[in-house]
Parts: sequence; C-alpha cells; structure tokens
Amino acid sequence: MIQILFFFFAAIAVGAALNVLVQKHVLYSALSLILMLTAVSVLFILLQADFLAVINVIVYAGAIMVLFVFVIMLLNLPEDEDGADRLRWLKFIGIPLGLFFLVLVVTTLWNLEANPGTQPQLVGSPAAIGQSLFTDFVLPFEVTSLLILIALMGAVVFAKRDL
Amino acid sequence: MIEYVTGSEFIVLMIKIFVIFGGVMGALAYLSWLERKLMARVQMRPGPTRVGPFGLLQPIADGLKFLFKEDVIPTHSNRFLYIAAPIVSLVPALLSFSVIPFGPSLQITDLSVGLLFIFAVTSLGIYGIALGGWASNSKYPLMGAIRSSAQMISYELSLTLSVVGVLMIANTLSLAELVTAQQSTWLGIIPRWNIFLQPVAFVVYLVSAVAETNRLPFDLAESEQELVAGWHTEYSSMKFAMFMLAEYANVVTVSSLATIMFFGGWTGPMFGPALLQMALPTVWFLLKVSIFIFFYVLMRATVPRFRYDQLMRFGWKVLLPLSLANIVVTSFVVAIS
Amino acid sequence: MIPIGWYLILSAILFLIGVLGFFIKRNIIALLLSVEIMLNAVNLTFVAFSLQHGKISGQIFVFFVLVVAAAEAAVGLALVIAMFRNRESLNVDRSNLLKW
Repeated sequence: MIQILFFFFAAIAVGAALNVLVQKHVLYSALSLILMLTAVSVLFILLQADFLAVINVIVYAGAIMVLFVFVIMLLNLPEDEDGADRLRWLKFIGIPLGLFFLVLVVTTLWNLEANPGTQPQLVGSPAAIGQSLFTDFVLPFEVTSLLILIALMGAVVFAKRDL
Repeated sequence: MIEYVTGSEFIVLMIKIFVIFGGVMGALAYLSWLERKLMARVQMRPGPTRVGPFGLLQPIADGLKFLFKEDVIPTHSNRFLYIAAPIVSLVPALLSFSVIPFGPSLQITDLSVGLLFIFAVTSLGIYGIALGGWASNSKYPLMGAIRSSAQMISYELSLTLSVVGVLMIANTLSLAELVTAQQSTWLGIIPRWNIFLQPVAFVVYLVSAVAETNRLPFDLAESEQELVAGWHTEYSSMKFAMFMLAEYANVVTVSSLATIMFFGGWTGPMFGPALLQMALPTVWFLLKVSIFIFFYVLMRATVPRFRYDQLMRFGWKVLLPLSLANIVVTSFVVAIS
Repeated sequence: MIPIGWYLILSAILFLIGVLGFFIKRNIIALLLSVEIMLNAVNLTFVAFSLQHGKISGQIFVFFVLVVAAAEAAVGLALVIAMFRNRESLNVDRSNLLKW
C-alpha cells in the first residue's frame, strides 16, 4: 500500500518537474512546480515528517510560489522567446551528460548494500522539531532571521525604481 | 506515523465523510439564503420570499439556475486556467473540513498538525482567485486578482501569528486537543475558553479572517463600484457557483477555527438523556459557528469598504505588530508560570 | 517500509531535472524555478536520511533550506523586476552588458 502511494506521488513529482522544463509559458512552469511541491510534501508525510510536509506547503506553495505567480502575472510576459540563444547547443551536450550522471547515481545507489537496519521510529512532530531548533540550533535559527531581514532590504532596494 | 484503517473503521470513516461533506454542502447553499435574508432585513427589505415559505427553497432554485445557465468562456481567455481556477479555489476550501472537529467523535481525521493543515490548504486558495482573474484576460478581473493576492498574503501573516499565542497556551496543534484543553471551567462557572486569555489575539484573528475571506469591509478584490465583480467578473453558470461556494466554505472554515481556538469548540453544558448528550456538542459547535457567521453578514451590511492603501497600512502597521506584541507578552507569561 | 535508496534515487532524478532546467532554459524565472526543484530534491534527501538515522537534525536543515529559498525567491524576483524594467525581456542572454 505504501509502495503504491510512494510510486504514485514520485511519478507525479517527476512528471511535474519535467513539465516545468517542457512548458513554453513560464506561468505553466510555475503551476507545475506547485504540483511537484505538493507531491514532495506527500512524500514527506510518508517519511513521517508531518510538520515539514505542512510547512513545505505553507511556505513554498502558499508564499514563495504565490510571489512567482504574482510577478509573472504583473509583468504579463510573452511566451518564451528564443532570440539571442547563443547557448542553444548546450542542451545537446547537457542532456546526455545529465543522463550519464543520473545513471551513475542510480547505479551507485542500487549497488549500495541495502542497510535496512532497524528503522527507528522518528516522528517529525512540531514539538520534537521545536525542541531541537531552540536548543541545538539556536544560533543558526537566529542567523536566519538576519538573513531574512537582509533579503527583505535587498528586495526593496532592487525593485524600487528610485529610492 | 502512518496508520492503517481496518474494515469496520473504514465504513465508519466513510459515513463520517458523507455526513460532514453533505452537511457542509447543504449549509453552504443555505448560507446564501441566510446572507440575502439578513442583509435584506438590515436594509428594510423583505429579501427572498417567492420560492417556498420565507424563500427557504431559494438556494435550490439558485442551484438549478446555475446548472442550466449558459457557460460562457471568453474568446481571448486562457481556456485551461479559466476552467481550472474555480476548481482550484473550491477544493482546498472544502479540504479543510476534513480536520475540523464538529463534535467529540464527528471529525474525519485528527491530524497532529491539524491547524497548520488548514492554513496550508487555505493558502492554496489564493491560486483560484489569482489564476481566475488572470485567465479571464480582462482588466477588472486582473486588477481584482492582483489586489486579492496581495491582500491575502499580507493578512495571512497576522492570521497565522495571532494563533501562536493560543498554541503556546494549549501546547498542541491538533484541533481535537485544542478543544479538550478548554473543557474545564474557572470557579465552576466561567468556561476555560481561550478568548479570556487571548482577547488581543482574538480581535486580530477575527479582523484578518475577514480580510482573508475577501469579505466586506475588506472585499477590495470584488468591490462592485470599482471592479464590476472583481476576479469573477467573466465567470458564469457553475463556475461562478463554485467561486461562491468556495467563498462561503472559507467563511465557515474561519468561523469554525475561531470557535475551536477561542470559544471552546464543541464544549458546552451537558444535560438530558444519553441520546441528547450525544447530539449536544455538535449543536453547541454549530451554534457558536453560526454566531460568527451572523457577525460576518451583519458586518457586511453595516461597515463601509476600506481604501486599498488603508487596507495595506492597517494589515502591516497595526495588525502585524499587534499580533507580534501578543506573542511576546504571552510567551513571557507562559515562561513565568 | 520503503527502502531509503528509492527516495535517494527519486531525489537524484529530481535534482537532475533541476540542473537540466538550469542549463537549457533561458528565461530567468524558469531558472529560479529550476533552482527551487533542486532545493526540493535536496530536502527530500535530508528528510529520508533523517528517518533512516533517527535524528531530527535532518528535518531542521530542511527548515533552514526553506528560509534560504524564501530569501532567494524574494531577492531573485526583485532582480527579475529590475531586469525586466531595463531590458524589456527576461532572457538571460539579453542581459549581456555590464552597463547600459
């Protein structure tokens, strides 16, 4: 049963991610990415990280992607123009090389001695994450607040026509 | 943890889903009647009276009309997104009912992160509005969509932050546990509702919830006088009905959340025979929710609309600092006691 | 139970799709989207390992990745707007001048 769920949502994630590349209009790419994010969130639930699954949807799908869609709508972009595409030949080398890399990774992982061990029962509950976040990771947590502040100011500076 | 459902549990679950989903859909249809009737009475009009006694069959007539109306798709619209948008807006709105406890056992599933789940699915509702407005390829819908998405992102912040104080007191994210934490009383008479501990959070929550559902006085996304009907100007027939249903579903969701977090959910005085006692919690819950819905409708009938810059300033400069201050004060008190 | 290898393979595939997108797409928003795909693939790996080793720190890291992704999106989209304003195009090949 869990295997079926895994393959179903893994297929959705991969299909949606591919669709991000295939689509000509960037709005469809963004929407496809939202689908992929939701599929990945379901995989998080399968990995018993309930809290992260929900946070992933709230932060990514609910905030970051809304920003993307918002900007795309505001700019009212035309379809992808291929005008000055001096790197067009790149995809003929890039795709085979990428596939080669993929084969490399998959074979490595496949040959990896399957170490089932005893999978510890770890539930990514909000309490557990909070506990760890505010004891072991307090400094990084505080630093991220600084990062967000800087990003905020940076965004204002870049987007404003004249300060 | 992933748990499996056995045969009998599955049947019970199915019954619950049918009862809750059917009840919610019926209630949403009748909300339109309630809103029209109440608004009419505030404005000294009789409201719908023709179809059935007190116009009670009006929602059914409306539903039939929605079904048989011509489904117009504008020529230059983006066909795929135009059709997808109402679905995208209705499905998340209905999804949140899967975690709301209507009674001690009348809850489809109690997630350990139930509250966040509701915020997650309602935050997906923005896409329905944004895409619907964009796909219509017309100026008023686009302006409505842009206003609405900016507004919803801004007010989602204070909505989520206003809840944090309650969470710190209740120590849980599960909606069922949030209710049971408020079950006892102070001095035997005053119920242990969070509203008495978190009045500021409640006010912030209520105001941002109104803004989040795009209703007056924050309905800039569909303000009739400026934008015709906002993001759903071009929509007709069933698609329009789906947008309306989604809006009402969101109203019911935020009202239920307010009830669960601040007014003790389904808790209330218990009396009478066993059969009555089984039904009472649900009755209390629905009563409390309908008080909020009355409030929403009356607010729509009485309060004038905000200007857009006022709305943004109010959200970012009043509500957000207020909710942050509430968090700081609450965490100090919780840490001391 | 699903072996952790499956998750790793899946996230390798997703990461690869992200890298590919970064190379073959020329629209700057599409590039940002590809970066998001890669970040998500990495997140999946973190969570999978977190369960495998029974340590919560993997999930904490996903948290930080989310924060960085949010910051990146905000700054990136601000740059996109600035670029569109100046070049009337989002094709990264069009912004090939150091000043204009």
